Amino acid sequence: MNTALAIPAFGPVLPEIILAAGVLALVLFGAIRGEGSSGIINILALVLIGAALVAVLMLPSERVETMGGSFVVDSFAKFMKALTLIASSAGIILSLDFMRRAGINRFEYPILIVLSTIGMLMVISSNDLIALYLGLELLSLSSYVIAAFDRDNVRSTEAGLKYFVLGALSSGMLLYGASLVYGFTGSVSFPTIATTLQGSAGFGLVFGLVFVAAGIAFKISAVPFHMWTPDVYEGAPTPVTAFFAAAPKMAGMAMAVRVFIDAFPGILGQWQQIIVFSAIASMALGSFAAIGQRNLKRLMAYSSIGNVGFALVGLATGTSEGIQGVVIYMAIYLAMTLGTFAVILSMRRGDRMFETIEDLSGLSRTHPLMAFCLAMMMFSLAGIPPLAGFFAKFAVFTAAINANLVTLAVIGVVTSVIGAYYYLRIVKVMYFDEAVERYDAMPSGVRFVLALSSVFVVLYVLFPAPLTAAAGAAARSLF
Amino acid sequence: MVIGLSHYLTVAALLFTLGVFGIFLNRKNVIVILMSVELILLAVNINMVAFSTHLNDIVGQVFALLILTVAAAEAAIGLAILVVFYRNRGSIAVEDVNMMRG
Repeated sequence: MNTALAIPAFGPVLPEIILAAGVLALVLFGAIRGEGSSGIINILALVLIGAALVAVLMLPSERVETMGGSFVVDSFAKFMKALTLIASSAGIILSLDFMRRAGINRFEYPILIVLSTIGMLMVISSNDLIALYLGLELLSLSSYVIAAFDRDNVRSTEAGLKYFVLGALSSGMLLYGASLVYGFTGSVSFPTIATTLQGSAGFGLVFGLVFVAAGIAFKISAVPFHMWTPDVYEGAPTPVTAFFAAAPKMAGMAMAVRVFIDAFPGILGQWQQIIVFSAIASMALGSFAAIGQRNLKRLMAYSSIGNVGFALVGLATGTSEGIQGVVIYMAIYLAMTLGTFAVILSMRRGDRMFETIEDLSGLSRTHPLMAFCLAMMMFSLAGIPPLAGFFAKFAVFTAAINANLVTLAVIGVVTSVIGAYYYLRIVKVMYFDEAVERYDAMPSGVRFVLALSSVFVVLYVLFPAPLTAAAGAAARSLF
Repeated sequence: MVIGLSHYLTVAALLFTLGVFGIFLNRKNVIVILMSVELILLAVNINMVAFSTHLNDIVGQVFALLILTVAAAEAAIGLAILVVFYRNRGSIAVEDVNMMRG
């Protein structure tokens, strides 16, 4: 063998290397120090994520491929990675007080979060099917364990089990699709697949594409692969639910964009129908099924299904404007969902957590500021101007109309109006119902997350330009 | 009769279908679900290797090796979660995985 192997450039992979090397050190540290080390490991994990965030922001903005073409960095990857890292750090910050008071403050939690974050970053940057699959599995396997983290609680372990079974099935489907795509295009690399597929695709390939789409839809909990979401969100410990609603959604949506825009741009007609169907079904289910829910975590599960539907509207267009809409939508969704979960996490008296809508009753008199923040989140999720959520929906619907998907946009607006019912009902319960007892004071980490996301949601209308410009640059880097 | 690509693909498709049905029709035991998942991954591996030989391209076999590795990790995690669930619930029957509904 005289094949000379060039050493790949490690610069673009620096964030992942920092996290991977750091998390191995943390495992060692935790194993040596034992059970009492969760506090310091939480802080070290946050430092690691912060370092990775700095490394992400220092990446070059132009497209760079490395690791033999498996790994790609561009503005889109940079932006989505930054969002994912913010979401993961919020997942740790929100858990600090909860885990301690629930007696499950083991050091494995931040380590698993960091591990799944590495998986997310890999998925976002993947440039072939192998890298995509390995990143996805790292993300999923750690998520299954995190869902079952409260291991003495039957609901949490059941959530983990359900997540595992359906997750394993979906990664099997994704793989089956990947094998067909590989077989019928002769390559696993996205750019090669894209050049092979121009105009039309054979039956086998479309079959593979459908399976790949199914695997991706599961990860972002789009209908018809959403069944796990309500159960897992309800059963998992609340900070874990907050993490699931935030970070893997960012990575999953980035993965969807990466696969469909990078690998299958030539057969837009084929996958557009799949995405349009999934978007409509998700938006409809998200707004109708949530109406009957009393449990806030379950309600947020349906809300997240609906929100994924709205983001998919942007992807369905397949245009640069649509992807810009997706990126804006995910950034704003992140703030709204983290803010809402921060409020759910602060509904506690002594050792008891409260998580139904009735428990919010009269919150405006017992905790006026918290009630105001939650009301802003709800108005924003319902898409009422001038809050951030309105601009998110506006971005995707405009893109859909410009891409001649008027019906899709109209259905989106209608479902968004229907969905407003259950968001506004929460506001009504908080402001017009009889007050219940006060809750305990908000833990400082939760307060920090709630303050940041409220400020973002309320003041976005004044400073939309930085986010729009960054999202535009991210979207253009894919075309 | 020459055994060609289509034969391998048919076997893999059958195995895949069996795996999917095994997950959804099985009402008894979660272990059977784990076995069905393995069956699905096996089907994918057959596909990968068949395509790899057909295309005369090594990448498919590399992919198959990586899938094997990940499948082992996946089974380990699945069994671990199953053990924790059994400790809390005292059963691993599929119909007992029903604390949350609605």
